[in-house]
Amino acid sequence: MRTAAASLDLVRPRSVDDALRSIADDPSLAPIAGCTDVFVGLNAGTFAGTRFLDLWPLEELREIGIRNGAISIGALATHTAIQESPAVVSRVPILAAACREIGGAQIQNRGTLGGNVANGSPAGDTLPVLAVAEAVVVLRSATQERRIPFTSFFTGYRQTVRRPDELIVAFELPPLDQVQWFRKVGTRAAQAISKVVMAVVGGERPRVAVGSVAPTVIRCTRTEAALAGGATFDEASRIVESEVQPIDDLRSTADYRRRVCGNLLRRFGTETQR
Amino acid sequence: MPVVGTNVPRKDAAEKVTGSAKYVDDLAFPGMLHARTIRSTIARGRIRDVRLPFDRAGYTVVDYRDIPGRNAVALIEDDQPLLVEREIRHVAEPIVLLAHQDRDALLRARVEIECEPLEAIFDPQQSVQVLKDLRIVKGDVDAALARTDVIVEGEYRTGHQEQLYIEPNGVIAVPENGGITVYGSLQCPFYVHKALRIALGFPADRIRVVQTETGGGFGGKEEYPSVIAAHAALLALKSKRPVKLVYDRLEDMLATTKRHPSIVRHRTGVTRDGDLVAMDIDVLMDGGAYVTLSPVVLSRGAIHAAGPYRCDHVRIAARAVATNTPPNGAFRGFGAPQTQFALEVHMERIAETLGMDPARFRELNALRPGDTTATGQRVEADCSALQVLEQAAQRSDFHAKRERYAGTNRGIGLALFFHGAGFTGSGEVTLASRAALATSERGVRILVGSAEIGQGTRTMHAQIVADSLGIPYDDVETALPDTSSVPDSGPTVASRTCMVVGGILQRCAEELRARIGDLHPAEHFRRHGPTVVTKQYEPPHGIRWDDDTYRGDAYATYAWACDVAEVEMDPDTYEIRPIHFTAVQDIGKAIHPTLVAGQIEGGTAQGIGYALLEEVVMRDGAMANAQMTNYLVPTTLDTPTMDVVIVETPSHHGPFGAKGVGEMPIDGPAPAIVNAIRHLGLDIRQIPATPERIAEAACVSV
Amino acid sequence: MRLRVNGREMEVDAPPMTRLLDVLRIHCELPGTKEGCGEGECGACTVLLDGEPVCACLVPAAHAESAEVTTIEGLGGEHPLQRAFAEHGAAQCGICTPGMIMAALALPPSPTLDDVRVALAGNICRCTGYHAIYRAILRA
Ligand SMILES: Cc1cc2nc3c(=O)[nH]c(=O)nc-3n(C[C@H](O)[C@H](O)[C@H](O)COP(=O)(O)OP(=O)(O)OC[C@H]3O[C@@H](n4cnc5c(N)ncnc54)[C@H](O)[C@@H]3O)c2cc1C
Ligand code: FES
Ligand code: FES
Repeated sequence: MRTAAASLDLVRPRSVDDALRSIADDPSLAPIAGCTDVFVGLNAGTFAGTRFLDLWPLEELREIGIRNGAISIGALATHTAIQESPAVVSRVPILAAACREIGGAQIQNRGTLGGNVANGSPAGDTLPVLAVAEAVVVLRSATQERRIPFTSFFTGYRQTVRRPDELIVAFELPPLDQVQWFRKVGTRAAQAISKVVMAVVGGERPRVAVGSVAPTVIRCTRTEAALAGGATFDEASRIVESEVQPIDDLRSTADYRRRVCGNLLRRFGTETQR
Repeated sequence: MPVVGTNVPRKDAAEKVTGSAKYVDDLAFPGMLHARTIRSTIARGRIRDVRLPFDRAGYTVVDYRDIPGRNAVALIEDDQPLLVEREIRHVAEPIVLLAHQDRDALLRARVEIECEPLEAIFDPQQSVQVLKDLRIVKGDVDAALARTDVIVEGEYRTGHQEQLYIEPNGVIAVPENGGITVYGSLQCPFYVHKALRIALGFPADRIRVVQTETGGGFGGKEEYPSVIAAHAALLALKSKRPVKLVYDRLEDMLATTKRHPSIVRHRTGVTRDGDLVAMDIDVLMDGGAYVTLSPVVLSRGAIHAAGPYRCDHVRIAARAVATNTPPNGAFRGFGAPQTQFALEVHMERIAETLGMDPARFRELNALRPGDTTATGQRVEADCSALQVLEQAAQRSDFHAKRERYAGTNRGIGLALFFHGAGFTGSGEVTLASRAALATSERGVRILVGSAEIGQGTRTMHAQIVADSLGIPYDDVETALPDTSSVPDSGPTVASRTCMVVGGILQRCAEELRARIGDLHPAEHFRRHGPTVVTKQYEPPHGIRWDDDTYRGDAYATYAWACDVAEVEMDPDTYEIRPIHFTAVQDIGKAIHPTLVAGQIEGGTAQGIGYALLEEVVMRDGAMANAQMTNYLVPTTLDTPTMDVVIVETPSHHGPFGAKGVGEMPIDGPAPAIVNAIRHLGLDIRQIPATPERIAEAACVSV
Repeated sequence: MRLRVNGREMEVDAPPMTRLLDVLRIHCELPGTKEGCGEGECGACTVLLDGEPVCACLVPAAHAESAEVTTIEGLGGEHPLQRAFAEHGAAQCGICTPGMIMAALALPPSPTLDDVRVALAGNICRCTGYHAIYRAILRA
C-alpha cells in the first residue's frame, strides 16, 4: 500500500555544503538522488523514512573526471552518464557494461552510482565492479571527509559504514591495466534483478567479486589467492563455488547460483585465455 | 470496395496513439470517492473480530452486512462470497471495503482483523474437494493398451500464469436514477450485470454496466470484474457518491485470478511403426478456493488433451480440485495450453522412444478430414493439421536445422496443436447470444456487448458488416458496450467474437439489406428513421453434443497450427534464449491480417513467457513475487524474431470462413520450446523451464 | 510549484514528493500518461524530462520543477510515430502505447532494429509481442 505523498517532507539544499549542514542538523533525513529505489519503496509502502534530503539538483556531485591518475565519479552520476563517459569506457569498460544492464533506459537516465551503492542491495550490478576495481568511497559530512576502501564499505545486509550525517560524494577508481570481465545473470534479457553478478580483474593480483550470493557483495579472496598461486580455472571454479554463500529466495536457488559462479569463472578463463 | 481481408485503419487507433482514449482510471465524477479493499492475510481461518480503530468521519465502510441481495459472486456456482462473513478460504480474500474522498486518508486507515487460523491445503494432489470431474471415453483403452508392445508414460506440470494486462483491474460505480451504473475495465459487461443484479437484488433495468477502454484482459477481466464492480457498487450505494476502485499492481497480482496450474499424466500405446493405438490421460487442475470458472476451463482442457491426433482408443479423466489459494480463472487458452503442453512434450518423447523423426511421427497421426477427435467429433474439410505441419517444417527448415544443431548449444522443436472456436459443447446454444445493427445518420451502427480489449473487435466487426451490407467501412460505427443499449452478445472470450458474434452480425446485415433494398442505410435512415435488426445465435445444422457423456461435436470447428521454436542455451548460466520462432496458423480467414498477425505475435510472446520466465512463487497460499520486478514477462530483448504464416482454410461456420484466432497462439510456444530444449538433450517436463530447472536437468541428462 | 509541461507553464499545488505521474494525471489533467505498475518496471508512465525518457512513477514532483516535461499530449497527434503506430497495429489495447511512443522519441534518426529493442527494453507490452511496434518505429 502506497505511502501518502502529503506525509513526506523534502529538504532542498542549494549546495553540497548546505546539504551537509542539513543532514548534520537532522541525521534522520534520507538522501534522495534519482529515486529509482526510494520511490519503489514509497509506492510499495516499504520505505521507512518520511523526511528526505534532495541531492538531485547538486550538479557538482555529477562530475566524472580524472584526478591524480584515478577516475573520480560523482555520486550523482547516472548510469547513462557513466556509459557515455569516455574516461570510464576507456579505463573501466566493465563499469560501463554494468550500467548498461541496469533496468531500461528510463532507469539508467535517473538511477545513480551513489544510489546503487548506498541502497546496498547485494544484487546491485555496479557493486562487484567497484569491488574488483578497488574503488574508494568518498564520504563527507559537515565536519570531515573519509575515504573508505569499497571492500570495507559494507558491513552486512544493507548495512554500511556510512554515518547518518554523511553523504557519499564520489567514488575513485585507480587505474586498471589488467584484463577485466563482467557478467550479469538475470534470466530475463533486460530489466532483471541479478541472480548472480560477477566482475573479475586478471593479472598478477587477480580479483573476483560476486553479487547476489551473500548478504553483501563479496570479494572471493580464497579464489583470488588460488588463482594468484597458479591454480587452474577448473580448480579456482571449485573454490569459488565453496566460497560463495548463496541462499534460496524468490528469484533463484542456492544450488543454481553456486554452479553458475563456478561456470562464470571458468568462462572468464577461456575468454581471456590465460 | 470489399474490406474483409484488408488492413483498414483500426477504429480505435487515433485515440490510443494520442493518449486520449479513456481508461477507467482516466475518468472522474463530481464528488467521487476512492476505495480500498481490506483482505485476509491467512489462507484459511475464521474471523473472530474486525476492528476499525480510527475516526470514521468521512469514511464509508462496507462489510457483508451491507449487501442487499445475495452475498455471492454469481457465476457458475454461488459459492464465492463477495465479502467474507466468517470463513476465510484464501489469502487476499475481501473482508471490508473503505471509501474516502482523499486517497491519502484511505491509505492511513488501519483495519485490524483477528482470525483463528485453520489448516490449509495448497497441494492439489492432497485435496479431496473436487470442483468438477469429467471423463471422455472413446473405444476401449485398457484392452488396446494390453495388446500394444510400446507404452510410453509421463507426467507433465505447468504452473500458475498471471495475465499481466498492463492496465490493472478497476471500476467506477455511480449511483444514478435509483439504480447503479458501473464503468469499468472488463471483458464481459453482461457477466457484471448479472452479478450486480444478484448481489444488489435490483431489477435488471436499474443496473447499467459500461465498458471503458480496456488495457488488456487475456481472460483476466472475464470474471473478476464482477467482484470489483459489486464492491464499488456497495460503497456507492452506501455513500450515495460515485466510487472509484482501481487496484494497484500488487493487489491485482495478489488477489485476482491466474491460469490454473496442472498436472497431466499420459500413458500411451503405439505400434513400432508409430501409429497411436491408445491414449490414457489424467488431468488434474488446481482451481483455487472457489469454483469460479474451473468447470469450463477443465472441460476445454480435457477436450484438447488428446490434441489434433487420431486414435481409436482414448480415455481422458479430468478433475479440478480446490486448494486454499486465490481462485484461478480464465486466461487465454482456457485449459488448452496446459493439456496441449503435456501432450506435445509427450509426443516428442514417444517419437524419441521409437527413434522416429518428430515431424514424421506427428504426420502419421495427425487428424485428417473425416477422422474423429477424442469426443468422437468428425472433423470437416477445414482440418488442416497436416498442411500446417508440413508448411511449418518447410518454412523453418526444420529437418536441416535439426541435423545442423545436433550437438551444439542450439535446439529446434515443434508443436502441432488445435483450438476449438466458441463455447464448448452446448455452451453457445445455452448462451443464445444476440447482436444488432441499427441504421444511423452515418450508415449503420453495430450494437454488441462484445468488448474491445485490444484484439480489434470494433474494427473486425465493422469490416464484416461493411462487406455484408456492401457499404464503405467508414460508414460503420460501433455503439459503446453499455448493457442499457446493446443486446447481450455473450462474453468476450473463447475465440468467439469473430466467429460467433461476427456471424450473427453478418446475418443482421443480410436481413437489413433485404429490408432496406438498394438504399444506403444512411439514406434509408433519413427517409424512414431508424431501423434495427436484432438476431440471435443459431446453432449450425448437424451439430450434436451430449453434456453427460462428453461425446459429440465439442466445437463447431477448430483452428489448426504448428509452431517451431529455435533456442540457444548459455552453457554457463543454463539460460534458454529463443532465437527464432515460426508460427503457421490456420484461422480460416484473416478478416484483418494485421490484427491477426498481432494476435499470433502477442500470444506467442505470452507463450514464450509461460515456457521460460513466468513463475508465480506461492508461499503459504499467497503469491510471494507479486511485483513486476519479480514476476518476469518477456521484454523486447526476450522476444525472438517471428515468422508468422497465416493459412486460410475456410470454415462454413464463420463469417467469410473465419474461425477463432485469439487463443490458439498461446497453446504452442511452450511445448515447441520445451521440445527444442529436449533437442539439446535436456529432459524438461515442467514449465516454466527456468535456468534453475535446466541446470538440474543438465545434471542428469546429457 | 511551477513546471513546464508540453511547452506550457503550469502552476500546481502538490507536495514535493508527489509522484510526477500524479502531478501530470491529476493536477495537470493530462491522463495520457498511464500507470501500469508504480514500480518502474512497465514503462507505461514514460515521459520526457528535459528530453530524456524517465518513469514518471519514480520521479518526485520536485525534480520536475524548472524542468521541461513532455507527455504524449505534447505530440499533437500527427507525429510520424503516432501515425506509424496507428497504421501498423502497434497499439492493441493501447495502454502501453503512450509510454512506448515517448521512449521511442529518444531514438536516433533511422534507428536499427537493435537500437529499437534496446531503447524499449524498459517498456512492457503484453499484447503485441513487440513486432508491430518495431515495424511502426522502423517505418516512421
Ligand atoms: C525498474 C527498475 C530496474 C532496476 N534495475 C536494476 C538493475 O538491473 N541493477 C541494479 O543494480 N539496480 C537496479 N535498479 C535499482 C536502482 O535503479 C539502482 O540501485 C540505482 O542506481 C539507484 O540510484 P538512485 O539515484 O535512483 O537512488 P535513490 O533511489 O535516490 O536512493 C537509493 C538509496 O540510496 C541513498 N542514497 C542515494 N544517494 C546517496 C548519496 N549520495 N549518499 C548517501 N546515500 C544516498 C538513498 O537514501 C536511498 O536509501 C532498478 C530499479 C528499478 C526501479
Ligand atoms: S507505472 Fe511507471 S513504470 Fe510502470
Ligand atoms: S498494446 Fe496492450 S500492452 Fe501494449
